[in-house]
Amino acid sequence: MLANTGQFLLVLALCTSAVLMVLPMVGYFKNNEQLMKTGRPLSYLLFVLVLTTFVILVSLFVMQDFSVTYVWQHSSLELPLRYRITATWGAHEGSVLMWVTVQALWIAAVARYSRSLSLSQVSRVLSVLGIIATGFLAFVLFASNPFEITNPAPLDGRDLNPLLQDFGMIIHPPLLYFGYVGLSVAFALAVAALIGGQIDEKWIRWSRRWTNLAWAFLTVGIILGSWWAYYELGWGGWWFWDPVENASFLPWLAGTALIHVQAVSERKNAFRGWTVLLAIIAFSLCVLGTFLVRSGSITSVHSFAADPFRGVFILVLLGIYAGGALTLYALRVNQLRSRDAINLESRETMLLANSLIFITSTFTILLGTLFPMIFEAMGKKISVGSPYFGLMFFLLMIPMAVLLPLGAQLKWHKDKMGAAIKALLPHFFIATALTVGAYFLFDGLNLRATAGIFGGFWIASSSVGQILKFPGRMNAGFVGMSVAHLGVAVFLFGMSMTEHKDVEKDILLKPGQTTQVAGYDFTFNGVSQVKIENYQAQQGSIQVSQNGRPIVELNPQKRFYPKQQQPMTEADIYPGFTKDIYVSLGEAVNDQGDWAVRIYIKPFIRWMWFGGLMMMAGAVIALFSKRSQRLEQQQVDQVMQERLKLS
Amino acid sequence: MTPTRKKRLLLILMVALGVSIAVAIFLTAFKENIMFFKSPTEVSAGQYPENRNFRLGGMVKENSMQRIPDTLKVEFIVTDFAQDVTVQFEGILPDLFREGQGVVTIGQMVNKDLFVAEEVLAKHDENYMPPEVADALEKAKTQNAKYEQGGIE
Repeated sequence: MLANTGQFLLVLALCTSAVLMVLPMVGYFKNNEQLMKTGRPLSYLLFVLVLTTFVILVSLFVMQDFSVTYVWQHSSLELPLRYRITATWGAHEGSVLMWVTVQALWIAAVARYSRSLSLSQVSRVLSVLGIIATGFLAFVLFASNPFEITNPAPLDGRDLNPLLQDFGMIIHPPLLYFGYVGLSVAFALAVAALIGGQIDEKWIRWSRRWTNLAWAFLTVGIILGSWWAYYELGWGGWWFWDPVENASFLPWLAGTALIHVQAVSERKNAFRGWTVLLAIIAFSLCVLGTFLVRSGSITSVHSFAADPFRGVFILVLLGIYAGGALTLYALRVNQLRSRDAINLESRETMLLANSLIFITSTFTILLGTLFPMIFEAMGKKISVGSPYFGLMFFLLMIPMAVLLPLGAQLKWHKDKMGAAIKALLPHFFIATALTVGAYFLFDGLNLRATAGIFGGFWIASSSVGQILKFPGRMNAGFVGMSVAHLGVAVFLFGMSMTEHKDVEKDILLKPGQTTQVAGYDFTFNGVSQVKIENYQAQQGSIQVSQNGRPIVELNPQKRFYPKQQQPMTEADIYPGFTKDIYVSLGEAVNDQGDWAVRIYIKPFIRWMWFGGLMMMAGAVIALFSKRSQRLEQQQVDQVMQERLKLS
Repeated sequence: MTPTRKKRLLLILMVALGVSIAVAIFLTAFKENIMFFKSPTEVSAGQYPENRNFRLGGMVKENSMQRIPDTLKVEFIVTDFAQDVTVQFEGILPDLFREGQGVVTIGQMVNKDLFVAEEVLAKHDENYMPPEVADALEKAKTQNAKYEQGGIE
């Protein structure tokens, strides 16, 4: 019954978004104010409909309605309530519905917080967002309907994949989607500007804050995913260059290029076309990512059952969105030609360089991700190993790290390169000294780690120097930038240490046996059976001590979920400021209680995620920039005045 | 040449040099990290890259797994039901590794009968089968069918 209501509302939502796609746009072309004004109410209606549908799906899970196919496939009687709720987005159908729900939320937010745009602009933006929503709602209805009914209903469900029965599942996907889908706003703005044939700085200023917000969400979503993979997959990695990870990383890279170029184009009549193009690329990569994840055409830890129809459907959507937008771009780009000249020795040039570095990285990773598919089409099966991605990304990030402090140092419009380099020279020496210190402190580092750590110190030192030197520049924009850049430094340091100074040991341990790893003693005290909620577990007891002084007892588990007949490794981690001690159980190798045990020491791994959180914080702080708030208020006043004049 | 032109030419040359270095690095990194996927049938026929890693995928043969006591060394057979390949691995097997289920191993042939794996992957979808493995099995099956038909004639 409830499922039917959900289905019905979904159809209504599709109709609403189809109307949203058409009416305001027609209004714009016919210059009909009445029609243009329908955009906002339609957006609110769409949001209410889609949100209600989503809530219905959640309630079906909470109430364990096994007559719904999607529910019995991914839930069971024993599944605890919190995971029944998150099971809603635990598999394909619900996940796409969440995509649409988040998008409807963004659309409603755009409708609500767009007072500084003129009606003709708002109507175009909402219409373009309507096009995207329509495509994905159609995808939900025709290719992945979560409300399908099984008759007769089974008595119990198949249960949720054990890996997804975890805290990470509650927050990682929603936040990631907020970022992912949020980039559609930047896309819609770009396309709407192309339709209008003009783009001014107000337009970009407005779009910049939305892009910042989406980018912040995307950053934290990726960070959470990495953290989750680290503790949940049980083998201590934090990034695998897996196609699905790349799917979220590609829009992030393009988004990073975009927010930096926007900083120029909102101030000057420059790089306008490039801004628009980057916005189109960023969102197209989101849709491409959705295709990679949903079509199952690439082997990955995330892959769901392959369904060619779904893949083709999303590919068609991608063709329409990206193809349409790029065609429009080709037709209109001449009207966006930038008028202001750019000085070579200025921050503008550096920001352009930034965008080029990031977009090159984007395409390098895209190529590695898509190559297996291209080969597959030629009948050969290959995969691209993660060293490819690691090496290429490392090389591309060298110029990024070298130029970042210079970009922040150079003034807008016109500056002297020589003076800027001179100002940065002390930081170069500080960074060198610190790197040498680190080299001896950690008894030697390899080339990549040394380079990474030097980059971290170089960025950190110069960022701090700039903060101290220009206390007068202390506005939210400057603070946000500095915090984000310090985040890059912290990330680089943490990543270099984790990647190159970690200790990994797989070892067979007998009960009572002690082994030494990196100066710590690990005593294995056997394994006992425990039963918790909906699973049983063999729980190991491992006493960690250093020089006879006990530090912590770790209890990694080998869980067994009877419903899914599937074991799962649950690592136990002793987190620390400078290192994590990570222990997980392999398997019982015989019946005398000997176990294969994995012991990892991961130095500074938390710094990496903390650095990511700082980048996010920087983007959020920048939203509160007085300058952009003041300018936006001016815009609102202007729009109001124009409206008064009209009436 | 005027100084501006000279400057411009220099710039173009530098960009061209930069791009060619980048492309060269890119191609080398790519070539070194491309990994081919091979089925037991292909491996038995000697169609595999020598002295470099590739992916071998198939089913773990029932009752083929052996553990060498007091070590983390294991040996098992990967099959596509047409041909078998013996695989050695030292380390911790993934949770989803199971006899009679699909597996992908990464490593190389040390001689023409033994594959030493550095990594064993048992990721899979709801059908307990990595897509490449499903494909390889399908191929082996059709080939088998051909042989059987051939036998009847």
